[in-house]
Amino acid sequence: MKKFLIRRVLISIVLLFFVSMIIYGIMRCMPASFVETKAMELSQKPGAKSYEEWLDQLNASYGLNDGIIQGYFTWASKAVRGQFGDSWNYNQPVLQKFSNVIWYSFALGLSAFILEIIIAIPAGVAAARKQYSMTDYSITVIALIGISLPSFFFATILKWVFAVKLNWLDLYGIVGRMHQQLSPMGQFLDMAKHMIMPVTTLTIVSIGSLMRYTRTNMLEVLNADYIRTARAKGLPEKKVINRHAFRNILIPIITLLGGALPGLFGGALITETLFQIPGIGYTSYQCIVVGDIPFVMFYMLFSAVLILTGNLIADILYAVVDPRVRVN
Amino acid sequence: MANEENAKTQDIKLDDTRRVRVLSPGMLVAKRFFRNRLAIIGMVIIIFMFLFSFLGGAIIPYGQSQVFYRTEEMKKDYAGATYISDYMLFENKEAELPSDLYSKSILGISTGKNVAETRNGGKIALRPLEGDSYIVYHAEETKNPRAIRSQEHDAAVGASDNYFEYDGVPYIVDSSTGKELLYMVSELGVVCKLSFTPYAQSTVLPFDFYKNVLVAMSQGDKKFEAQGNTYTLEQGGEESAMVLAEDGSDYVYITNMNMNSVIGGVFLSPEFKEAAALAIKEGAESFEYTSQPGEASLPETEGEGAAEDAAMENAEAADAKAVETYLLSEKNGQYLISRFQQTRVIDTYAKPSKAHLVGTDANGMDLLARLMYGGRISLLIGFVVVIIEVIIGVIIGGIAGYFGGWIDTVLMRLVDVIYCIPSMPLYLILGSVMDHYRASPTVRIYMLCVVMSIIGWVGIARIVRGQILSLREQEFMVAAEATGVRVSRRIFKHLVPNVVPQLIVFATMGLGEVILAEATLSFLGLGIKYPAASWGSIINAVNDSYVMTNYLFVWVPAGLMILLTVLAFNFIGDGLRDAFDPKMKR
Repeated sequence: MKKFLIRRVLISIVLLFFVSMIIYGIMRCMPASFVETKAMELSQKPGAKSYEEWLDQLNASYGLNDGIIQGYFTWASKAVRGQFGDSWNYNQPVLQKFSNVIWYSFALGLSAFILEIIIAIPAGVAAARKQYSMTDYSITVIALIGISLPSFFFATILKWVFAVKLNWLDLYGIVGRMHQQLSPMGQFLDMAKHMIMPVTTLTIVSIGSLMRYTRTNMLEVLNADYIRTARAKGLPEKKVINRHAFRNILIPIITLLGGALPGLFGGALITETLFQIPGIGYTSYQCIVVGDIPFVMFYMLFSAVLILTGNLIADILYAVVDPRVRVN
Repeated sequence: MANEENAKTQDIKLDDTRRVRVLSPGMLVAKRFFRNRLAIIGMVIIIFMFLFSFLGGAIIPYGQSQVFYRTEEMKKDYAGATYISDYMLFENKEAELPSDLYSKSILGISTGKNVAETRNGGKIALRPLEGDSYIVYHAEETKNPRAIRSQEHDAAVGASDNYFEYDGVPYIVDSSTGKELLYMVSELGVVCKLSFTPYAQSTVLPFDFYKNVLVAMSQGDKKFEAQGNTYTLEQGGEESAMVLAEDGSDYVYITNMNMNSVIGGVFLSPEFKEAAALAIKEGAESFEYTSQPGEASLPETEGEGAAEDAAMENAEAADAKAVETYLLSEKNGQYLISRFQQTRVIDTYAKPSKAHLVGTDANGMDLLARLMYGGRISLLIGFVVVIIEVIIGVIIGGIAGYFGGWIDTVLMRLVDVIYCIPSMPLYLILGSVMDHYRASPTVRIYMLCVVMSIIGWVGIARIVRGQILSLREQEFMVAAEATGVRVSRRIFKHLVPNVVPQLIVFATMGLGEVILAEATLSFLGLGIKYPAASWGSIINAVNDSYVMTNYLFVWVPAGLMILLTVLAFNFIGDGLRDAFDPKMKR
């Protein structure tokens, strides 16, 4: 097990090395004039550093003057030490901005994740229990609609219904107009209220795949011999499903969910942008639009690390639950 | 399923040929597929979308970037009118005029001196007439005692006039300096606060006419002569008068108001001025005026395309005598004549109607046409991307799976690396860079296709590789190797066809994903750009919350289109999966 772990971690590090190289390469593919124009624009902002300072900082931290390989190592050696430079858009260190916004994304992601589990797993189990029934059909259709629903369209419908027509919620933002005047509890509730629509959007569009995954696994388990045995020995159906079957589908589901855990930090770029939740996704979107290379580089690298960590966790969990994986 | 078939075939005899009919595997798959209701719904939706986008785009009479206009009643300024407060000088073209004639005349009028010296050393004399009008003469001092003592002189002075003719020579008497001076004069012009509007636009009034009409007006004459023609004068109060030609037709309209059209190229007819002057005099707020045939009433034109239509409308308007209502408003002695006019404006956010079944968007373009053309782009991007993905994925996955070993390791690590690249930020960066370069819409579409395929093929490569890894150990591959089939043939003719079911399922579902990703990008304004349309870029309009609130018809249809298309692809993919793999049932 220990050997397996070490191997997986080493592979992940090698992958990260190549991924970061590609990300750096993408940044280098941006024409030099783009960087210079950006630096020029930045220096013209009130209170900003001078053009040369920006350019020097960029050249220093990204090795833009060197060849692509050498430049990569210049950048990587700094990135390893956590030096990502200053965000162009926000005029403050990237990591500082990141630590300011990440918890909004995490709160959003976690709420949606919990809701997703609460809704999707029982629904998937219910669909599998009564295969080909009306319940099964409707859950399948709902799951597919969730997968097919463009998040921006769904978010717009939500906004139109709840913010425009019913006037219950605010269209944008994480805090209301009177946020500063509220008590700490009131402030929390205010933010929670602003999270309702983003969380709903995120839950609905991501619920489908977990629902279908649960259903498929449940069907497989229900066809297994030990379920037939359990039924044959006269166990009530409730017990068969909830004890014998459900425990067995937990293995693949926990593996899947474990792999999704790091993604909670990744932020929902589209959803956050739609509702202007100042999380990592919306912040990155703004940086991407204006071409804030330091922040975008950091965000892409961060996302890559999250994906790799997710894969790693999933692999390890597989190995934990299935000893055959460890051997190979 | 088997039970159903048994139930149906129960009453068929055992040796009936239908019972032993063997279906090919493909037929079995098709049969299973068509039994799936959701898959059929998906097929119907996809066929509809294709017809809608490709056939509909050909049938609909509108282009995707054709701008529509509507006519709107708008209050437009038509003409301005003021009482003439400054003296106007009508010059005698035949006489030699001093350069400061006008200023000296005005000076003379305002100071009450009837004789003044001009810059060139000559003198001018003014003859006041009734109604603030003057005749300006070139004056030469003379000492003709006979003229001074003449009856004509006395008569003129008695009538408090300073002009008389003696022996066919015109004289002006000036007694302002205390001593009576006599000047022999010749006409230079007339100064008055009146405007003269001839009925025919081409008429040029001679100086004689101005002089004689003023004299006639001041003396209250009904008739006067000018250039050998006799005219009849009809006084309409102090402010205005009408001059009739010999045959009794209207010739010239005289008024103390200055009226000018604020629209270029419009000639204000005397009738119009008459009507307007009357309304101003009565203090009315509006008046009606029947425009004459052929009279130009130019509608405003906006945009080049509208010019032709406007010209046609013009012609129609000219043929008919139209009663139009004009509005009068007064500000600091300035009268503004305005009217409600048909104006062509871009037809933005028009509600769904017969002409535009889904309405129009912010640029006045027909939404139905844009939905159709947008559908083409969305569907095409989906297919192009998936086809490229399949090609790359099958080649790489096939090679990795067949050869195994270090080739497999290298290729699969490449797959892992690409899998780890966050795709959405990458697309967004690309869009942002293309914005920076102002890439054309076509270039954007190509770039989007290429980048999406480069990122997307890894899933297919994994599937192909996984399948081939197990398939290559089977006997038929040993047989293929034994018969000496080439390696490339072994991979792509013997192994890959066995992966086709999974490929088709994956590709169908991938189509939906690609369409969704493209729509999201276009929605964020970084994908397909105006004037090219895609479903995502049509919904982009909701970024304006006013549009979101008030014009549902702009964004709801496009959103439904995306939803339905992606859903249909998922239904079909789901149905295909079940059909190909009956073990899993659904």
